[in-house]
Parts: sequence; structure tokens; C-alpha cells
Amino acid sequence: MRIAALVLRILRQFIRDKRTMALMLAAPLLILTLVDLVFNGENYVPNIGLVSIPTTIEDKMLKEGAHIQKYGSEKDAVNDLEQQNLDGYLLFQPGRSGKLVLEGSDPAINGVVMKWSQDALKPLQPSNIKQKLKIAYFHGKEELRQFDYFGPVLLGFFAFFFVFLVAGISFLRERTTGTLGRLMASPLRRWEIVAGYVIGFGIFTMLQAVIIALYAIYVLDMAMYGAFGYVLLITLLLSLSALTLGILLSAFAQNEFQMMQFIPIVIVPQLFFSGLFNLETISEWLRWIGLATPLYYGAEALRDVMVRGNGWDEIYGDILILAGFSALFISLNIIALKKYRKA
Amino acid sequence: MEEVIVSIRGAEKTYGKQIVLKDISLDIKRGEIFGLLGPSGAGKTTLVKLLVGLDTPTSGETYLFGQRMPCLKLAGRIGYMAQSDALYTELSSRENLEFFASLYGLKGGQRRRRIEEVAELVGLSSSMDKIVAQFSGGMKRRLSLAAALLHEPELLILDEPTVGIDPVLRQQIWSAFYQLQQQGTSLIVTTHVMDEAEKCSRLALLRDGSMIAAGTPEELKRETASNTMEEAFLYYGGARP
Repeated sequence: MRIAALVLRILRQFIRDKRTMALMLAAPLLILTLVDLVFNGENYVPNIGLVSIPTTIEDKMLKEGAHIQKYGSEKDAVNDLEQQNLDGYLLFQPGRSGKLVLEGSDPAINGVVMKWSQDALKPLQPSNIKQKLKIAYFHGKEELRQFDYFGPVLLGFFAFFFVFLVAGISFLRERTTGTLGRLMASPLRRWEIVAGYVIGFGIFTMLQAVIIALYAIYVLDMAMYGAFGYVLLITLLLSLSALTLGILLSAFAQNEFQMMQFIPIVIVPQLFFSGLFNLETISEWLRWIGLATPLYYGAEALRDVMVRGNGWDEIYGDILILAGFSALFISLNIIALKKYRKA
Repeated sequence: MEEVIVSIRGAEKTYGKQIVLKDISLDIKRGEIFGLLGPSGAGKTTLVKLLVGLDTPTSGETYLFGQRMPCLKLAGRIGYMAQSDALYTELSSRENLEFFASLYGLKGGQRRRRIEEVAELVGLSSSMDKIVAQFSGGMKRRLSLAAALLHEPELLILDEPTVGIDPVLRQQIWSAFYQLQQQGTSLIVTTHVMDEAEKCSRLALLRDGSMIAAGTPEELKRETASNTMEEAFLYYGGARP
């Protein structure tokens, strides 16, 4: 089995190259730890719903600093909360104290919404309503830290980054040392080369994903409300897109240093548009960039599972798109290899 | 012994404006050791790549075993050794050979036997479990040759197989070539060393992308009234009357 031979060779190379293996396995843990230590607010305009608000209260409220949406029933507000159109809503029921329900997955936004609500209600019966305002969380918990919201993005990012780099460089080496020529002169088919790389690195990537996810959840105590299996699946698919993109771009690099030059061009921008920073504070005409990057979907799905505790129904769209990216890059790779052998 | 197995018909290769090969036509017969002799930059490697199917001519055709190249089906009948060693330096020589053997569908006992045989042939039997990164240049060259021999190809295409190898080892490698020739293997060998050219059954002289002469070493020397291949080469190159 030719693909099996290729897979075995890749795994053996990994085991020999201890430093690269350490980079892929330990570096993400180190950086996650650092970020955890460093992070633990923003000019964000929250989207807030007002449910069955009496006109007497509404007239007196300070409504600046938020996008307000009024609802007749709580059901509609909950629906919008689920769709992430709302960051929270205030519920007013006759004879009872007001209630603030937060979307809850982003601690920074939670803080903004709470502060806004308290300020908005200050003019009416000072002290009274403010004290009585009950706070509930739709997702997450009160103790959700800033890192818990960043965590899933970083998890995806490191999986993506290191796989991209290592896969790209090993394929580049294959080309510059002439072994690719040797493979091309053998009966190995072009798709078999790509398949061998995908499986060989896939096995290693799986290991990386397990280690990073376990470390983040159990050692760094990152929020985890969903199923571990989904986290692995998403990380694996994200790494697969990184692997196939890395191999593809290595064709445009002459040496390892040129491969590194893709980091600021291909990798870093993805981080900006993947939800590490709130996309709504990014200029509108730039937002579409996020939609063209695999990390955007990977991070969104990871956050859905880890912070919001969502399941398959919420993430399958992102998963399909990630798989689509990989399928696209794999096909392009098979075509690109034509450059080295026409048949 | 007269069966033509390689046929190049008016092959030309250009990269942009640069002409690398000009109208090369030549036939190579089964059982020959065919030399491609020429200084570096003459187009030897490009011609070899056309033969292996790693590149296609801009115009003209190349045929191997009567089939037009590139042709994936023929890959198993050809052994190719590039100018670069093309080895995985993190792996041991055995692991390298295991990998390349598997690409050609060798497995189990047959694979083990072939690895032993080729290692013996290139004199690396005692270094099979060493990591290739620790090898000398000559050892890498020999391992690279061994990798090309694994699947017992009918045709071996070797790009500068003895470059950087000392005279004693070169002698050994050439005796291995003769041994393969005895077994019916055909070889195409590029070289820029004149004394190696004398060892070929037939050879073609390349210069600036053109084939300036072809024939047996004796024919070429006789035609030019030369005592050595070097003199013959200078004659065809116009540097000697």
C-alpha cells in the first residue's frame, strides 16, 4: 500500500525530529498559558432587548449607548438571544422586580450590558430597581472569565498555525531536496501523495488536538460546557484545512524563510477576523474577510461547543464549511502537482 | 540486443526565451550503457527529466518502450536517480529504502531481500541502520543509487551518479553498472567526466543544448583522430581543428 508507506515515513520523520514535534505539541500549551496569565472591556455598543416595558419606565430610561429592540413577549427575545442578535434583555413584569438576562458567552460584553442596564435605570426610583434587578445568564456562568471567551479561538488558532507551518515546510523540503521528483518518477499517483500527507499529518494532528484540548480544559480550566468529541472534530477539521493550505502555499515558496513570510500574510489576519476581537467593532467593509478564512468557522464552532454548550445542530454548518475548505485545498494540491508530472 | 527502448524525436525545450535543448534525436537500445556527456549547463539534466517524464518537451516527442512519455504506467519499469540525492535525512538508510521500495509495490520478504541485495551492491550493508544525516556525500550518493535499483528496473536513468565519489568507489559503482548490464538492464548515465565516457557502450556529446556528436567511444575517437575522449570532445566543440 503506497499511501501507507508514505504515512509511515511521515510519522517516522516526526519521531526523529524531536524539536519540531515539541514545537507542535508544547508551544501551543506554552502560549495558551501565557495568554491565560495575561488576560483575566471595550467601546462596545450592546444590543439590548426590552420585553413588555411599561411606557412610564421607558420614558424615564436613559437609552443612549445601546441598540434597543422592543419585544412584546419574552419568547421572541429569547429567540434573538439564541441567534446572537441580542446581548441581553430586560424583562419587566407587573408587580415584580426587573430581570436582566445576559447572552453570557463573552464576559466583556456581559460587563458592558450590566453596566448599561444599571446606568439606564438610574433615573427611575434611584436605588430601588437597581438593587432589585435580577441577573440571569443564558449561556455560561457568572464566573466566565475573559480567557474562557478567547480560549476556543486560541485553541483553534494554534492548531491551525503550527500545522500550517510544519506541513508547509515539510512539503517544501520534499520539493527542494528532490525527493518530490523521486516520488513523481515512481508509480505513486498525485492524489496518493496528497492522501499520504493528509493521513500522516492527520494522525499527528489528532494527537496534537487531544493534548491541547485536554490541557486547556483540565489544566488551564477553560470553560467547557459541550462535548469533548465535538472539540476534537472541529480542531481536526481546522488542522486539515491548515495542512492542505500549507502544502498548497509551499509551492509558492523557494525556501523555509519564504514559507515563514506567509505568517503575516495568511495566518495573522485570520486571527483578527476569527472572533478574538469583536467583529462588530471592526469596520464593516473589512468584515467579509473573516468569512473567507477557515479559522473564522473553526473558532465559531469551538466557541459554540465550549462556551455555549451547543451540539451538532448549531455547529454542523461550520463543520461543513471547514470540510469544504479542505476539499477545495486538496483538489488544488492535486492539480498543482501537475507542474511536476503531467501524467 | 538491437531492440530500441528509448527514442527521442526532435525534442526541444525552452524556458521563456532561453533554449535549453535544441532538436535532439536519438535512439537507445536495450542492454546499452548510454552516456550523455557534456559540461554543466549543456542540458543533460533537462534531457533526463524529459526521459523520466518529470518534464515535457516544448516540441518533439520522447518514447520509452514504444510509449510516449510522460506515462505513469511506465514508472515501474524505470529507475531514476536525480542529481540531488533526494533522501530523507532524518531516517536511516533502511527506512529510506523501505519507503522507496513500497512505492514500487515491494513488500514483505521480497522487499527485505531486495534491500539486502542493493545495499550489498553499493557497499552500504554495514550502515543500514545509520541515520542518513550522518552520511558522507559519497555514502548518500550510493544510497540514492541503491534506491533507484530496488525494483529491478529495465531501464536506469542516472543523473551524475558518480559526482563527488572517490576513484576507488567510482570503480566499484561502474562494476555494479556492468553487472546490471550483464543482467539485461539498460542504463542512461550523464557525466561530465571524460574517462567515464570511455566506459559507456555508446554516448552522445551535448553542448549548449545541442547534440554535437553520437557514437561509440571508439568511433568518436577514430572520426576525430583523437587519442582520448577529451580531445574528441574539443574537436566537436570547435576548439581543436
